[in-house]
Amino acid sequence: MMRHIAIQEAPFDTAAELAALNAPGVGGIASFTGVVRGGDGLSALYLEHYPGMTERALERLADEAAARWPLAGCVVIHRVGRLAVGEAIVLVATASAHRAAALAATAYLIDQLKTRAPFWKAEEFGTGPRRWVEARESDEIAAQGWVNDLPPGADGL
Amino acid sequence: MRVLYFAWLREKTGTSAEEITLPAGITTAAQLIGWLAARGPGYAAAFANPAVLRCAIGQEFCPLDTPLAGAAEVAFFPPVTGG
Repeated sequence: MMRHIAIQEAPFDTAAELAALNAPGVGGIASFTGVVRGGDGLSALYLEHYPGMTERALERLADEAAARWPLAGCVVIHRVGRLAVGEAIVLVATASAHRAAALAATAYLIDQLKTRAPFWKAEEFGTGPRRWVEARESDEIAAQGWVNDLPPGADGL
Repeated sequence: MRVLYFAWLREKTGTSAEEITLPAGITTAAQLIGWLAARGPGYAAAFANPAVLRCAIGQEFCPLDTPLAGAAEVAFFPPVTGG
């Protein structure tokens, strides 16, 4: 399986990453891009991570996704450092023969990344002090709710 | 043993990483938190509420009651907020 996992300060080129997932036998490429959401005077986010552990955690999530769905490729790129409102933070993308696997694997990877990879966000407001973001219970529920390859709430559909 | 601090624990302790010799009688991450909290005001502030802390031993997430035996690297941090 084609795999690109990276933690970097630099911006990523989404079009190039998605193009790299295209290959013979691929019928669908799904992606999620997380961006810095503005509002309430937020000027930027600052992200830090645990070098070494983060890479291992993301590799493990990619292993899990590949074991659950028939993937031809997988991209997980997460940025760190200072990111202004509107900048992209994270890209998750997967490729498969059919759309269902690519869409589900992409949702799985971002849900799991939010609670199982050691990243921390702080919010910056103008010149004021950074404010560390608190973890959300809804993210934990989303990550733990994956059963039978279906996202939380979808098991009865 | 190498001890790492992230996010507001790094800011409150004033350090991102340090080497410590595990004191006698300290066998779990939770006990290490108690010992670290007594090292000074910054550490006391960082470790005042263990319920909001998470840890990793050998770069794997672990409950705070996990034994430290044989660990070369322990990290303390708040719940993760990536993505």
